[in-house]
Amino acid sequence: MSLPPDPSRIRAALAALVAPEAILAEGAALAAYESDALTAFAAQPAAVVAPRTADEVIAVVRWCHREGVPFVARGSGTSLSGGSLPVAGGVVITLNRLNRILRLDPAERIAVVEPGVVNLAVTQAAQPYGLHYAPDPSSQSVCTIGGNVAFNAGGAHCLKYGMTSNHVLGLKAVLATGEVVEFGGASREQVGPDWTGLFVGNEGLFGIALEVTLQLLPRAECFHTVLAGYATLEQAGDAVAAVVASGLLPGAIEIMEKLALEAATAAVHAEYPPGCEAVLIVELEGPREAVAADRRRLDEILAASRPVEVRPARDAAERLAIWKGRKSAFSAVGRLSPDFIVQDGVVPRRRLGEALRRINAWSRETGVRCANVFHAGDGNLHPLILYDGREPDGLRRAEELAGRILRMCVEMGGSITGEHGVGVEKRDYLPVMFAPEEIHLLQRVRAAFDPAGIANPGKMFPAGGAPALVHPGLHPLERAGVISRS
Amino acid sequence: MSPATLEQLVEAVRAHPRVLAVGAGTKPRPAAAGDGVTPLSLRALRGIVEYEPDEFTFTARAGTPVAELAQVLGERGQYLPFDPPLAAAGATLGGTVAAGLSGPGRWRFGGVRDFILGARLVDGEGRVLRVGGKVVKNAAGFDLPKFLVGSVGRFGILAELTFKVFPRPAARRTLRLEAPDAAAQVRVLQACAGGRWELEALEASVDDPAVFVRIGAGEASLGPLVADLLARVPGRELPAAEAEAVWAGVAGFTWAHAGGALAKVVLTSGQLPAFVAWVRAQEGARAWVGAGGNVGYVSLPAGAILAFSPWPGMLLRGRGPLWLGPRHPAAVMTAVKRALDPSGRFPGLDD
Repeated sequence: MSLPPDPSRIRAALAALVAPEAILAEGAALAAYESDALTAFAAQPAAVVAPRTADEVIAVVRWCHREGVPFVARGSGTSLSGGSLPVAGGVVITLNRLNRILRLDPAERIAVVEPGVVNLAVTQAAQPYGLHYAPDPSSQSVCTIGGNVAFNAGGAHCLKYGMTSNHVLGLKAVLATGEVVEFGGASREQVGPDWTGLFVGNEGLFGIALEVTLQLLPRAECFHTVLAGYATLEQAGDAVAAVVASGLLPGAIEIMEKLALEAATAAVHAEYPPGCEAVLIVELEGPREAVAADRRRLDEILAASRPVEVRPARDAAERLAIWKGRKSAFSAVGRLSPDFIVQDGVVPRRRLGEALRRINAWSRETGVRCANVFHAGDGNLHPLILYDGREPDGLRRAEELAGRILRMCVEMGGSITGEHGVGVEKRDYLPVMFAPEEIHLLQRVRAAFDPAGIANPGKMFPAGGAPALVHPGLHPLERAGVISRS
Repeated sequence: MSPATLEQLVEAVRAHPRVLAVGAGTKPRPAAAGDGVTPLSLRALRGIVEYEPDEFTFTARAGTPVAELAQVLGERGQYLPFDPPLAAAGATLGGTVAAGLSGPGRWRFGGVRDFILGARLVDGEGRVLRVGGKVVKNAAGFDLPKFLVGSVGRFGILAELTFKVFPRPAARRTLRLEAPDAAAQVRVLQACAGGRWELEALEASVDDPAVFVRIGAGEASLGPLVADLLARVPGRELPAAEAEAVWAGVAGFTWAHAGGALAKVVLTSGQLPAFVAWVRAQEGARAWVGAGGNVGYVSLPAGAILAFSPWPGMLLRGRGPLWLGPRHPAAVMTAVKRALDPSGRFPGLDD
């Protein structure tokens, strides 16, 4: 690819395509777009454009295609894999202004939304009808549906309800070629190849979703949320295996390690049983009769798992407090350390205990602190690796540990990413999981959508242009306590 | 030709310029190879490769009959919640994925697309490629396993498939709810869909209009759930034998004309009255509505050709075009076909 045109020429050309205020001013205003929640990387775009209509998005993408200028679509910039890291000298298309819920049909239980709609806003709009949007990433109060679609976002309730892709019924998108496509529709069924399913999780490499049709679910009538403390992490891991094997189907099974417990206690005054190395959170949900019956079985299983203490949430407030502690854990741990990286590997659930033991041993051996807060029921680990970017080899040592963990996940038959996506962060590990010709297949599919390679280049596949490492730290929104990582 | 190993499958693909994988033949229309295309039976490529009950995942070869899987999973109290259709007729796992067909149980937790985790496929160049993964959660690489659902063998041949499974409900009840016409059916379907009961299946009959509901849960909670639902929507609980007959009929399409045309069309629940009117306008047509009104199946008597539908559809049996109704063709679809099958070894999307 030839060098992108001069930044001032790019801005001038874009100004002819969109309303003048849609081109963000140079200087400080652009700095916020140089990174996303993977703050270890930054790059300076030539222009940041904030279209207000789908037609403006289409016009910008078509111009980029014509001129061979790379573009990166961005929502709220909460990607933990560097998925919305700009391409230096390219265009950032920020979609936050396309934030209308176009249609909410309570009878069919669907919502048609623009990409800039915030995840939680969908549930809030659906709530008056007793409905909700199931995927609930920890950043749900700020992350957008467009970003959720691009990275197939997960959350704490994937165990029972699956990921974003299980809730997207159809979409309209502009592809990197400028072609506007419609995949799927309003029905929960479809015929022919699942183009919608292929688009979700494309990591911005195919194009930009303009309208997304989401399925809404009735809000569960009844919840039963239990917090159980364990003297050892292994016992907590064994309890997960016992719950999963029992045939119960909880909405969520989560584990928090000691370091995270201390941090959550300090940050949001969460309270945990004293003397515990790990806490397990299990949430049952469904019709009250079924929850009542399942609750008795869960109590028996947990009692047999030798907990230090079991604390069921007695009311909605206690349940929310449990989830607040869980969802704030990442940013809370972040406060214990100047810098950290979050891993997202997956192991088979029956090997959780073994995986955790190995991570802890490596952490002790290398002196790199590591805390786990994770979706245990899915086997989706989120080791949070702490380091100090001011130390000369701080990041390198943290990345070495992260690499060992990812390799272990693949060796165990798992994955390098459960829900954060490959992005820029794990692109060098894609070959650990897939053979060269399998990666070539993915690249051929990418090229079918984006022959010029202008849509979010440098992500997912190894050996793109090396982005610049900068001094890392908390995301500005994270520092302000607005978002958290998980 | 019937390869029994992956190596034999690769050999067979490479040996023929134009091939189409076929399973047990329970969905003959998408498996109709056309002139000059060699049908490649995958029925001998069968068997469970890996099953870890504690992990709730399995990997099986594409030719494995879904009935065999149901048996093995059932011994451990597990199941594929989307009720793969045509199990009794011999449907294979690969054929179920390729046709993108889900049965009544898809209502509660989703369809075949929502349970597939990974696949091994043989592409148009005869390469064996893994897509997706083997764990319940995986976001690495594009979601090609999902894409292959409903792809009717046009992009590659499925050799092995990995699925997640769920614990099977300890007990089940079936209700027949009163809904004497299509408008009433819409009301009952939507009331049931928005309710608190977490129904397993929600279907509607067209010839003798009613709504059929299946609830799965622990034995102790079923009684109160059934009583509560019946207090809100008039109807009755079906005795076990009658219930079994209803679901066997749905899963096996036994209500359809033998030897006639059978098509799946994609709906939303509000479109049910229009669907019923369209069915009634056709000589001898029979129909069934599934997935809470999100899918309709229509059958015409032997000899009749189903060539048109007001909604997107796919012909499963009988003569006529494979794809029915409105579509949104795009240049990228041809480009993706070329990416996976550059020499056109498999039939085209529209063949």
